[in-house]
Amino acid sequence: MSNASHQNPALLDVTEVSKAFGSVEVLRSVSLQVTRGEVVTIIGPSGSGKTTLLRCVNFLESYDSGSIRIDGKEVGYRETGTRQRRSERDLAAMRAETGMVFQSFNLFPHLTAAGNIMLGLRKVRGKSNAEARTIAEHWLGRVGLAHKADSLPAELSGGQQQRVGIARAVAMEPKILLLDEITSALDPELVGEVLEVVRSLAEDGMTMLMVTHEMAFARDASSRIVFMADGGVSAVGPPAEILAAGFDNERLRSFLARFRASHF
Amino acid sequence: MLSQIIYALPFLAEGFAVTLWVSLLVVVLSLIAGVLMGVGLVYGPFPLRWAVRIFSDTIRGIPILVLIFFVYYGLPAVGLHLESFWAAVFALTLFKTAQVVEYLRGAVGSIPKGQSEAAMAIGLTFRQRLVYVIFPQAFRRFLPPWINGVTDAVKGSALVSLLGITDLMQAINQVIGRTYEAMPLYILGALVYFAVNYALSLASRRLERRFSFIRE
Repeated sequence: MSNASHQNPALLDVTEVSKAFGSVEVLRSVSLQVTRGEVVTIIGPSGSGKTTLLRCVNFLESYDSGSIRIDGKEVGYRETGTRQRRSERDLAAMRAETGMVFQSFNLFPHLTAAGNIMLGLRKVRGKSNAEARTIAEHWLGRVGLAHKADSLPAELSGGQQQRVGIARAVAMEPKILLLDEITSALDPELVGEVLEVVRSLAEDGMTMLMVTHEMAFARDASSRIVFMADGGVSAVGPPAEILAAGFDNERLRSFLARFRASHF
Repeated sequence: MLSQIIYALPFLAEGFAVTLWVSLLVVVLSLIAGVLMGVGLVYGPFPLRWAVRIFSDTIRGIPILVLIFFVYYGLPAVGLHLESFWAAVFALTLFKTAQVVEYLRGAVGSIPKGQSEAAMAIGLTFRQRLVYVIFPQAFRRFLPPWINGVTDAVKGSALVSLLGITDLMQAINQVIGRTYEAMPLYILGALVYFAVNYALSLASRRLERRFSFIRE
């Protein structure tokens, strides 16, 4: 593993990142690498810092110490050694390199499905209206919503909205896609259509870091699973290993036992 | 009675033009200043938020008449001499700006945080987030109280007559001073103010309907 990552340096390199909200330590010296084309899933009990970690990767949250690099470039802070926050313009440019899909979709309600996707393409990527429209239609087709291009979010089901959310993120051609519990707000019968889209993106080699409670999906789609507890990484490994009943980690075993008890 | 109104009309028309001009200046200037300060109040660093908060609370706590007299009679003491017209426009603009700040804060504050985050996540800068994501959504909530404020500005502009400016109100008083017929002229004046404000609120209702498709 260490040998492999040596040859193929990590696309995302999180090193000893810590963060506290007041006196509550939400991240304790978290380290995590994601290589190009990998799908890494973070699991763990609520309050374990999964979502906070994900939000630090595109600097929706700042972090107190440690470093997060994407493609070798430090996220959020200038590389002057003084931990100076990057300029607004710099931060925006860096965020455009990471796609994010949210639990509550967060589509722009005043724009159509196509309009949601086109906004970043036009204003950040500088595409013309026609180019942006073509790309938006391509991605809407990919997520099975070609016929909904001109619908407003309020006219779409939750599953459809989330598929637009995914299309909006990937249309920007990010280096890495961050998925934050993207099926948690959906009715159970709509979860499948969203996960199917994620699966097909994984097959295309999209690098992904996701937080999910869908264990079956995590097992099938991930290259590695990270188990977080109390703000730290408690276990990392291939899904078959991490989710095996006999894995040598007390916290993980009790988390999975509780999880199975409540979900099956 | 009709003859008195016909006699008065040319005088009133001139006054009415002044009323509209004062209102327009106040509305446009306060919109610009209020939106800028409101953005500072919502997104600015602590000292700026604090400064805008104090400005808004202070101005809104002072009767508008006191503000007008303060600007016209008070400010010359510190070396700021304004012509009566500009003193009135300045005082009314201060007053209206403080209100616009609050309308903007309320409207922008009603947009869920996830909207800003989604806009950040696709790489929009602060200015782009405001222009393309936040303001279009906030507009619908900003509009009704703001139009209300515009009608207040038109009505409030009558106070400039107290500095001797010949607006509609002052023109009415001048005509009454010559004809000693108060009732028909005050009714006429009331109708003119009402017509302007009623037209504004009709326009507001049409605009609101136009933007009602935005649901969360």
